[in-house]
Formats: sequence, structure tokens, C-alpha cells
Amino acid sequence: MFKSLKIGVITTLLSFAVFSANAATLDDVQARGELNCVVTTGLAGFAAPDENGRWDGFDVDFCRAVAAAVLGDGEKVKFVPSTGKTRFTLLNSGEGDILFRNTTETMSRDADLKLTFLPINYYDGQGFLIRKAYGVSSAKDLNGASVCIQTGTTTELNLADFFRANDMKYEPVNIETNEEGIANYSGNRCDAYTTDASGLASTRAALDDPSAHIILPEIISKEPLGGAVRHGDDQWADIGKWVVNAIINAEELGVSSANVGEMCASAGDNPSINRLCGTEGDAGSWIGLDNKWAVRVIEQIGNYGEIFERHIGPNTPLALERGLNAQWTDGGILYAAPIR
Amino acid sequence: MAQTVALSPTSQRNIISRLWNDKESRSVIIQIITISLVFAFMAYIIHNAVVNLQAIGKGFSYNFLWQPSSYDINQHLIDYNSRSSHFRAMMVGILNTILIAICGIVLASVVGFVLGVLRLSKNWIVNRLAYCYIEYVRNVPVLLHILLVHGLIVHAFPVPRQAISIGDVTFMTNRGIFSPKPLYEPLFLVVIALFLLGLGFMWWFKRYAKKVQDETGQRYPVFWIGLAAIVGLPLVSFFLLGSPITWDVPELKGFNFAGGMVVRPEFIALLLALSLYTSAFIGEIVRAGILGVYYGQTEASYALGINRGRTLSLVVIPQALRIIVPPLTSQYLNLMKNSSLAVAIGYMDIVATIGGISLNQTGREMECMIIVLTLYLVMSLIISMIMNWYNRRIKLVER
Repeated sequence: MFKSLKIGVITTLLSFAVFSANAATLDDVQARGELNCVVTTGLAGFAAPDENGRWDGFDVDFCRAVAAAVLGDGEKVKFVPSTGKTRFTLLNSGEGDILFRNTTETMSRDADLKLTFLPINYYDGQGFLIRKAYGVSSAKDLNGASVCIQTGTTTELNLADFFRANDMKYEPVNIETNEEGIANYSGNRCDAYTTDASGLASTRAALDDPSAHIILPEIISKEPLGGAVRHGDDQWADIGKWVVNAIINAEELGVSSANVGEMCASAGDNPSINRLCGTEGDAGSWIGLDNKWAVRVIEQIGNYGEIFERHIGPNTPLALERGLNAQWTDGGILYAAPIR
Repeated sequence: MAQTVALSPTSQRNIISRLWNDKESRSVIIQIITISLVFAFMAYIIHNAVVNLQAIGKGFSYNFLWQPSSYDINQHLIDYNSRSSHFRAMMVGILNTILIAICGIVLASVVGFVLGVLRLSKNWIVNRLAYCYIEYVRNVPVLLHILLVHGLIVHAFPVPRQAISIGDVTFMTNRGIFSPKPLYEPLFLVVIALFLLGLGFMWWFKRYAKKVQDETGQRYPVFWIGLAAIVGLPLVSFFLLGSPITWDVPELKGFNFAGGMVVRPEFIALLLALSLYTSAFIGEIVRAGILGVYYGQTEASYALGINRGRTLSLVVIPQALRIIVPPLTSQYLNLMKNSSLAVAIGYMDIVATIGGISLNQTGREMECMIIVLTLYLVMSLIISMIMNWYNRRIKLVER
């Protein structure tokens, strides 16, 4: 009698253990006191350890922003480096709580791989990097070229489609990581290197003589890059979603890390800013946090413009223009849902 | 009646302790416990996987295999393009793995046997050189060898526009070695048929010659007749038919050479690294095998007036093979499995195709990994089977 009761209790506990891995990621993260964030193994400007071994970059800042909102401290992040191949497995198996790894949102990833995408934080497209010496000015002139591709990306599919649609031949050289890709490209194993244009800018900046290489004007695909979480925990997905939205909204509203203390000290005349600052309404409780969540994000990390300028903007080695990634009010397509 | 009464608690304990103390029944008990533990563990693992897959809403299905793969592969032995299915991509991967395994095993064996013999050489310098080579190669991880050789090829060989030309038909570049590709005309089938005929004749003639020699002691020049049948006949017919082959010579077009055949640097790097690495181990196995044959046998053979070469081929090697073959099988298996490191340099084997890009594009980790594991298992078992068959053939026949 007692024995069967004991067995019953143990099996119930075990089945709880299995399911708790999927529910309430927020509780897990807060209990752990650390956010596990899946990033790339190293892509300068987006996510790479700096000379002191501290992770730094555009994607890294979004990880830190979530940690700032959820744990109160943007430093409380454990970075889980992943290749293009391992990233979704790491997320789905629970090794990571959230993924920011310049990942393209696609239908199959969203629906079939059971991911929930957060709002797009970078609008990108696939391009080609090639040596200037070839004198090639268009991707349509790449017939017969050897092209290095980082495997495990949407890139190789776009590439196959592009060459097929334009009736051109090419030799694909599938490379596992960006570092290997750079080694093969600089060793002239391939004529061109292809990945998202932002990644190409990062790769080009890391080459010995960046000015000897150009990024061809053609963008052959849409690559909306964003963070992602597992299916099945809507509260956690909402947190990720609204942290990204808050960062984008903050720029639109003119709230930055420099003036957030002043602007959010007390309720002002602009209700949108008040809601962002948590001085009006109860937005924090809707996602299971306190009302100062967005203030912490902006204080510690900054708004979208600041993050962009700091890591990939015109004054960085990547020298990317805002382009599509400007606010909708500035001719871009960055358009975050309002906090209300 | 008294006998069938339930046993008292003390006698129950007696039975258990008696069973446990009995050597045979104890071993049965231990085996039962071990097996149930193993099965329980496997059941737990599988149950866990199923529950977790269900929890995130992913079913288990192989339907994706028939969808278009949508990616290209640079080295394919069968027709393949981005509209082919994932299944076909898998076949391309399997063939690439088999290709590297076969070429690697052949090259590793040849180099390994030479190394083994050199290692036994009485010439001090040759002996030491082989020794240093073996010690260096087998003490560095094979992945480093692969990356090193690939890096050397990519950086040391020229780009296509400055290709090293061999007689203007073969070109060596860091994109691979481009050579003319034979295009067979229909008449070439006759040559192939004659070649096969020659092989068949040779098989029969060898047995016939042996029979004649056993019965009468008369010896035929088997080697020369064989050469004439296998090589001479097809060669003569080839020219009589007016060389029914044309050559597709590669030429530089734009970025790369077009036409002809190409051996890609990834293949060369993988082949060299894997076979040189494995050859070091095979060299030591061969040395052990030869040293394992009692020297008295060699002396006895010399005493009978049999010369050095025939002593080696008739007395030493057949006996050495019995020692060599079992560990050699392990080396072949290692080589085949190590070929999965190909993914590091972008050689499109099983791991890179179905276990890599297909897996990543479809997100079917479980399904793809099961395929990859099964394929390696099957290929390993086939190699083991062949080697075991060979081992049985050469082993000492006891009368």
C-alpha cells in the first residue's frame, strides 16, 4: 500500500519534472539568477568576446537587455555559443532560454521547428563579398564562380535559388563556421563569400585589407533577423517581444540611456513615454515583471539607435548604414508596436 | 502433504542464499539483472525523447526525405541538383563517404605496408626515418592533419588563373586538380567486354595451370599470358576500333576551369590526412606481424635454397597476415569513421549532407541522426564482414 503510494508520488514528480522544463521559463531564469542566451560562436559586431573575454555586440546587447528586464542586471547573462547547425537544438533542448543569433525568421522555423520569433531587430538580405581585382560589379556576373557558404543557414537555399533562377553555374563550398569561411575566402579557395550583408560587412572588416574587397550591390533575399524562444511559453515570448519593442520605441520617443533618468523620474506630458517609463499604467505586470523593466533596459543597454551606433553603425569597423533599419519616421521600416 | 506446505521463512532465505552461492545460477541471476537494467535504461532514454518531442509538439516522421533539398553539393557522383530530394542528397553523401573510405583504405594499406617493411629495414637511416614519421603522425590528432593538409593545398597551390599546367591538359589549382574526362563512344563497350572476358579467362587459366603443374610439374608463364589477356587484348582491340574515346579537356572560363574532371582539394586533403594517419598505425601492425613469425622459419626456408623474395612471399607473409588482419580491421573501421571529420573542411559526406544541411533545413534532428548512425553502423559491419571472411580464408587450416 505504502509502496504503491510512494511509486505514485515519484512518477508524478518525474512527470512534473519533464513538463516544468517547458513552462515558466521566467521562474527558471529568476531562480537561476542568470539568463542563458544562445549567440553565434563569433561574428564581430554582432556577438564576439572582446579582448577582455567579455561578450560584446549587437545581438549580445539584446541578450543583456532581456537580462536587465528580468533579473535587473544586464551582466547576468551566460552566453551559449552556437553554430548555425546547433542553435535551434540548443534552444529547444533548454540549454538556452532565448536566442539572439542573427537568425532569419522563416515559416518552417516558426511553425515546423517550433520556435516563436521575437520582433525583427535587423532587416537584412543576402549579398556577395568578392575581391575588387576581379572587376565584377554585379552578382549576375558570377557564373562559374566558387562560392563559400556558411552551412546551416537560409543562405545556401537562397544561393541555390539565385543561381538556378539566373541559369548560372557555381561551385558551392560549404563551410561550418564564419572563421573557416574567412580562412577559405582569404586563401582564395572561393571567389566569393556569401551570407547576410551585415555578416559580410563584419567579415570584410576582419580581412587583412578590407579595401581590396567589395560587397556586390545585389541583395538576393529577404533576411529578417530576430530573436527567438521555444514554443509553448507565451509569457516568456511576450517578455522577449516587449523588450525588443521597448528598445525600438525608446529611440522613436527620444529616450536614451543618457536621458532616461531624467525623463522617467516622474510622469511627464507624453503618455507614451510615461507608459514606457512605467510612471503611468501597469504594463510590467502584464508580462510578469515590475513597472521599471523598460527603464532598466534603457539605462543599462540603451535604445535601438545607441545599440546600432555602438556595434555596427557608420563609426564602427562594420560601417553599416541604418538603411531599412531606420525608424519608420526616418524612412526606414523599423516600426514597433506601441506599449499600451 | 507436509512436503507441499509453504516453505518457512528460514528455508526461503536458504533457497535464495543457495541460489546465490551456486556459481551457475548466480551468473544467470547477474545476467538477468544486467539485461533488465540495460533495457530499463534504454526504455527510459527513448521514453524521455518521445515525451520531450511531444512536449514541444514535434512528431517523428521521415516524410521530409522526399521534399526537394534546395541546396547544392559540389561533389556528386550521381546526378544531383537543388531540386533533388533530401533522399538523393543523402545518397550523394553516402557515395562520397564510400569513395573516401575505399580510396583511404587502399592508400593507407599500401603506405602502411611499405612503412612496416621500412621500419624493419637494416638500413639505419631508413629505419629511423620511418620511425620518426610514424611517431609524429600517430601522435597528432587526425583533425589537425585534415585542417593542415587542406590549409596547405588552399594556400600553396595557385588560383585557377595561374594554374600549374601539365601538358596543357591537366591543371593543378587550389580549387582542385582538373584533368581531361573520357567520353566513351558506343564501341568502347566492346573493349570493356573483352577486358571482362580476359579476366574470366585468367581466372580459369590460373586454376588450369595450377592443376597441370600439380599433375605434371610443367609450368606455364601464367603472368605473361595473364598480362596479354587482361591488358593486351583490350588494348589491341581499342586501337583496332579506332580509339573510341574522346577527351573533354578542361579550359579556363571566367572564374574557374570548366569541363573535364576535377578532384577537389577537400577530397585530396581528407584522403591524404586520413590515409597517412592510419598508415602509421598499419605500419606498426605490419611490423608486429612480421616480427611475430619465428625467425627460424626464414632460416629454414633459406636452408632449403628458397631465395629471399620467395621466402617473404611464401613463408613469412602468409603467416604474418594471420597476426596482421584482425587489428587491421580495426584500423579500416577507424578510417571509415574518422572520415566523418570531413565536415570540418566542407567535404560533403553523410554527416555534411543528411546529418548537416538537411538536418538543419528541416529541423529533424532525431530522424537525421538515426539515419547517420544506422549508415555508419551498416558500413562498419560490412567492412568487418569482409575482413572476417578474409581472415577465415587465410587462417591456419588444421587437419
